[in-house]
Amino acid sequence: MNKQIEMDAFCARLRDGMTIGIGGWGPRRKPMALIRAILASPVKDLTIVSYGGADVGMLCAAGKVKKLIFAFVSLDFIPLEPYFRQARQAGAVSVMEIDEGMLLQGLRAAAWRIPFIPTAVGLGTDVLRHNPDIKVIDSPYDDKEWVAMPALPLDMALIHVNKADVRGNCQINAPDRFMDEWFARAAQETVVSTEAIVEPEHFYAPEEARNVFWERNFTHAVVHLPGGAHPTSCQPEYGFDVSHLTHYAKSAKADGFEAYCEAFACLQSEAAYQDKVGGLAHIQSLPLPTY
Amino acid sequence: MTTATQFTLAELLICAASRAFAEDGEVLATGIGVLPRLAASLAMHTQNPDLMMTDSEAFLLSVPNPVGTRSTDFIQANESWMGFSRIFDNVWGGHRHAMIGPTQIDRYGQANISAIGGTYHAPKIQMLGVRGLPGNSISHANSFFVPNHSQQVFVEGECDVVCSIGYHPERLPKGYELDDIDIRYVITDLCVMDWQGPEHTLRVVSLHPGVTFDEVQACTGFALSCLNDVPTTVFPTEQQLDIIRQLDPHNLRAKQLKDNPPGIRGDGV
Repeated sequence: MNKQIEMDAFCARLRDGMTIGIGGWGPRRKPMALIRAILASPVKDLTIVSYGGADVGMLCAAGKVKKLIFAFVSLDFIPLEPYFRQARQAGAVSVMEIDEGMLLQGLRAAAWRIPFIPTAVGLGTDVLRHNPDIKVIDSPYDDKEWVAMPALPLDMALIHVNKADVRGNCQINAPDRFMDEWFARAAQETVVSTEAIVEPEHFYAPEEARNVFWERNFTHAVVHLPGGAHPTSCQPEYGFDVSHLTHYAKSAKADGFEAYCEAFACLQSEAAYQDKVGGLAHIQSLPLPTY
Repeated sequence: MTTATQFTLAELLICAASRAFAEDGEVLATGIGVLPRLAASLAMHTQNPDLMMTDSEAFLLSVPNPVGTRSTDFIQANESWMGFSRIFDNVWGGHRHAMIGPTQIDRYGQANISAIGGTYHAPKIQMLGVRGLPGNSISHANSFFVPNHSQQVFVEGECDVVCSIGYHPERLPKGYELDDIDIRYVITDLCVMDWQGPEHTLRVVSLHPGVTFDEVQACTGFALSCLNDVPTTVFPTEQQLDIIRQLDPHNLRAKQLKDNPPGIRGDGV
């Protein structure tokens, strides 16, 4: 089955009120070209599940988010995500704020099609006070109480990878795959954007096949979008764009998000956007971060 | 080992914080921020070579990376891979000691990095979110690093958002005892404290040179206890300062505390 699609076919799959999980972590390997396509679409009232960075900030700024399920939103070197911050301080989104590991367990429960996973994580904290829907239960095996972290099933997962074939085998060569495989497994439908399309022969070598972290029956569509993680990083191809993200963060206190989108043609097309930010070759030359 | 006579406050804090990891054995040491990371790195180089540290990305290192920009031919000493998902597999087993700098800490040792003021639905200042604090606090040892000891940090009431479990009897989950919670040290720009005062109250265990207990108490929003004959924080040794200089070749430590004060008050370093 050939799963390669173009951006307009991706947009046609979007529906109001969807729950969308987004792979990556903070400013790292986010499917930003797909996010920009959502910004330009009429879709609304989304529930977003993310280890958040500019993906969350932009979707909040564009008024696309009804509910956010998150543990943090940060750009790392800019600790506080400016548009997420604005949205929260304005009370514009409802939230389910949980521990990073609870989020992972919620995705795993959805992937395994079980209603919850018991965990000690969250006990004694305001995570339980502010999320009365998360139940604490007795154990049949000991005398302690446990958080029953509910499954977080996704309508759609969006993930950016280094390489994919058209049958949906996806490879991540970056240092970390984060929780991406669990987003894919928790979702009804997984749309992957990829730096490169490779032939099936690419995976013949065992060391290549070992960098495939979910099976192709969890990938439903592949969009070829080199540079598609910009302004976040896609190692080893490129680092995050420090000057662009700095400009983005400053825009929240200056002209605002609409002006940012206009300046970089975010709502026009990926080609127009890349042209505005300096071209694909520039993106691919962005230095890798030092931690 | 020669005790140093001249050192900055940042260097004093790095050495004080590194002692928090000395007795930990073979655990993952996570220091968030330049000074806690240097503290963990120093501990791994001196008192506890069994510590484990990451490159802050995805690899475990047998020798900690220097902070800041590294030369293009630098080869980091990977010993294993441990991406973010695998960190939970390791640390939920209890084998970690994290040191972070929360925005608020209350009398129960509960910490806040999520949001301040307003209402939960619309906070006055949104920060990071709870991140991994709920899981860290109930799974393994945790210490705090506070570069600006003040009543804004050590709040009078409870934290605005309680991100981590502490020694709060009314919040203790069923089947738990206060001693199940493991909050170790608080290293601030004024003193070193632990939570081993009566009923796990915060207790001053050493004062930095020139600081008095009354000054510390005045900068704290709740009552502290204090060791009898509280000692002065141990000064760095020349050997420790040498290692710190190697771990921080760009002197990023000089930019972490306002005006980079000397370690001994009134000293012109």
